[in-house]
Amino acid sequence: MTKSHEEITLTPISDTPSTMNITGLWRVVKPVVDKEKCKKCTICWKFCPDAAITLVDGEPIVDLRYCKGCGICAFECPSKCIIMVKEGEQ
Amino acid sequence: MTKTTIPVEEFAYPGSTGCPGCGANLVMRYMLKALGERTIVTIPACCWAVMPGYWPSNCLKVPLLYCAFEATGAAISGLRAALDVKGVEDVTVVGFAGDGGTVDIGLQALSGAAERRTDAIYVMYDNEAYMNTGIQRSGSTPWGAWTTTTPVGTSHGFKHESKKDIMAIMQAHKIPYAATVSPAFPEDFVKKIEKAKRTKGFKFIHALSPCPPGWKTNPSLSVEIARLAVDARVFPLYEIDEGKVHITRKGKGLPIVDYLKVQGRFQHLTEPEISSMQKIVDDNWIMLLLKESSGT
Amino acid sequence: MRMVMTGNYASAYGAKLARAEVIAAYPITPQTSIVEKLAEFVSSGELKAKFIPVESEHSAMAACIAAQTAGARTYTATSSQGLTLMHEVLMWASGARLPIVMTNVSRAMAPPWNVWADHMDTVAQRDTGWLQFFCRSNQEVLDTIIMAYKICETSGVMLPAMIVEDAFILSHTSEPVDVPEQALVDSFLPAYSPELKIEVGKPMGFGSLVKPDQYMEFRYKAMLGMKEARERILRVEQEFKHIFGREHGGLLDLYKCADADVIMAAAGSVAATAMDVVDAMRAKGMRVGLARIRAFRPFPHEEFRSLAGKTEGIAVLDRSFTFGAAGAMFTEVKSSIYSCQKRPVVKNYIAGLGGRDITPKILEKIFEDMLVVSKRGAEDEVEWVDVAGLPRRWR
Repeated sequence: MTKSHEEITLTPISDTPSTMNITGLWRVVKPVVDKEKCKKCTICWKFCPDAAITLVDGEPIVDLRYCKGCGICAFECPSKCIIMVKEGEQ
Repeated sequence: MTKTTIPVEEFAYPGSTGCPGCGANLVMRYMLKALGERTIVTIPACCWAVMPGYWPSNCLKVPLLYCAFEATGAAISGLRAALDVKGVEDVTVVGFAGDGGTVDIGLQALSGAAERRTDAIYVMYDNEAYMNTGIQRSGSTPWGAWTTTTPVGTSHGFKHESKKDIMAIMQAHKIPYAATVSPAFPEDFVKKIEKAKRTKGFKFIHALSPCPPGWKTNPSLSVEIARLAVDARVFPLYEIDEGKVHITRKGKGLPIVDYLKVQGRFQHLTEPEISSMQKIVDDNWIMLLLKESSGT
Repeated sequence: MRMVMTGNYASAYGAKLARAEVIAAYPITPQTSIVEKLAEFVSSGELKAKFIPVESEHSAMAACIAAQTAGARTYTATSSQGLTLMHEVLMWASGARLPIVMTNVSRAMAPPWNVWADHMDTVAQRDTGWLQFFCRSNQEVLDTIIMAYKICETSGVMLPAMIVEDAFILSHTSEPVDVPEQALVDSFLPAYSPELKIEVGKPMGFGSLVKPDQYMEFRYKAMLGMKEARERILRVEQEFKHIFGREHGGLLDLYKCADADVIMAAAGSVAATAMDVVDAMRAKGMRVGLARIRAFRPFPHEEFRSLAGKTEGIAVLDRSFTFGAAGAMFTEVKSSIYSCQKRPVVKNYIAGLGGRDITPKILEKIFEDMLVVSKRGAEDEVEWVDVAGLPRRWR
């Protein structure tokens, strides 16, 4: 939505968190975490390029609004508890 | 509270417009974890100039100044001077540039800032070509790589010139600290950035930054490829602390083919060509060991 | 305090009196003595500033941009090849709305290599969004630097300014200059405090990527800034006059134009010579005047429009040439008066390139030519003055 010249700063100054970009829409495959197998090693969190994984008591929660489905988490997981599944499939 | 091996706090928001599996996202993320909130980052034209998103989107939880392509070295000098004159001392000034913006168009300003001993950290995230414009060769593209301006199948073929040794260039500037870092080794990465932060003067960080579209790799392999680069000694992890070389990770010494075979940009290479690449890597590794043992 | 000094020292004193906080500069003939003097001021502690000895003019401007974004008042100086090397970042400074002030010692472009007075470098930057002031005396150089900060730092303007002194003619010629008291300058020019600056604790990105759906609004705002500058130049000069007792003529400095049959329009140091010529010709009964283009950006369109009905001819002297067109000042003057009911004849004289002397005799001949041309129209709209091999003799 174009803002009026009166509503904007003199030069573009970005002050809105990039969480405004729902990059999860790019995704064709998504990570699914098997909580039974998860050893809470935090490696998936560490290697997520998009900071889309948060840790809750050591367990990874993938924010699917931002996960682009790169699959690094699944590849790096030492206990192989993350699998990538096609969007729309279970 | 979960114990993590690198700082928990994030200084980058999700929603960057970097490609899936982008190494440069990890480089920024680890760097800011190590530096914290009292940091100002300046970014020239490069992938990261667009990755924060279209105005008014911003990925970073620290102030960010966009600058002209070749101007990073000058911009960090200007920022530092302004902070000094205003009496602000506890802020880390960072120049965060790609390889083309560093070893090619930005080399002059980088050299100037290093020679002036500007108190700042310059981080070059190295995806080994002009990736933001669509995979054109840079001075940091390695020998043998395909890019759109070193197309395979023509009389000249792939890139026939070797990668500029930016670490040696920086060492020649007698800066107090320089280090190579890899997104596959975040603990080593964070430690080196913390050290750079503590060191006064000009610091240089060379970060390998795997690029799935440019290297023609599976996005899920970005960290693995960064790991292979270290283990095959294509990208050794070391630091130059007050002129002294110290290798921080020896790597497994895997054959280079293990690193090359997972990347589309090297698929055209013949066995003799791979052997000659292996020889270059071996020679460089021996040189690095010699530098370490001789204390230079 | 009255001192005898060159135009370059006048620039350095101007920047010092304006309390520039960050100075980033690279040496180039004939600008060097400006930065040498400033480096001295900084190292002696007379000026509390950071001096960055950068490795190129591009870096000089880039460093000023970054420092100014962080809230410091910045200054630099350059010339010719150095100014044109800055071209990219000149646009950056104005797009980022940073009121940086810079002296350009206007000098010819190579090749042929030439270090003397010529306006090609300055004129080539007319589209960069900088205010451009041409000076005719060392006093004006010093005063305009101080005024420029005040004009540009106004929230409605927030654009950079270039103070132009002619190579050697001003830069290396000594004149008596009144150097005002620091306290007086401080009362005129408050410290720089922009509404928005880059600072820790405020995670904002300055200069981000903007899509086509929003780009024009930002450019429109810059246009408004330049429009505001027009008013601001006049107002600030009145304030300056009130405190310091001097003025320099706003955007268009008129000399004996009120009843002039023909007027010469010119910029820079040649205007000082032209004033003498006007006096001499008037003594002989010829009604001539001088309209000195002081601000080239913003251009004094309105001022030329109000001159249009009062004179028969305007001789526009350009110390540069836009190949494939004409002198840039000529094009501007002509376009200014196009919509006027009564339009004088306008002719372009290209003179003084690469430091070639523009003598009183030449100026007199231009006036004489214009007096004739204003009656019967110009055969050639653009005439190169004093070029060997051309039929007309000027000396």
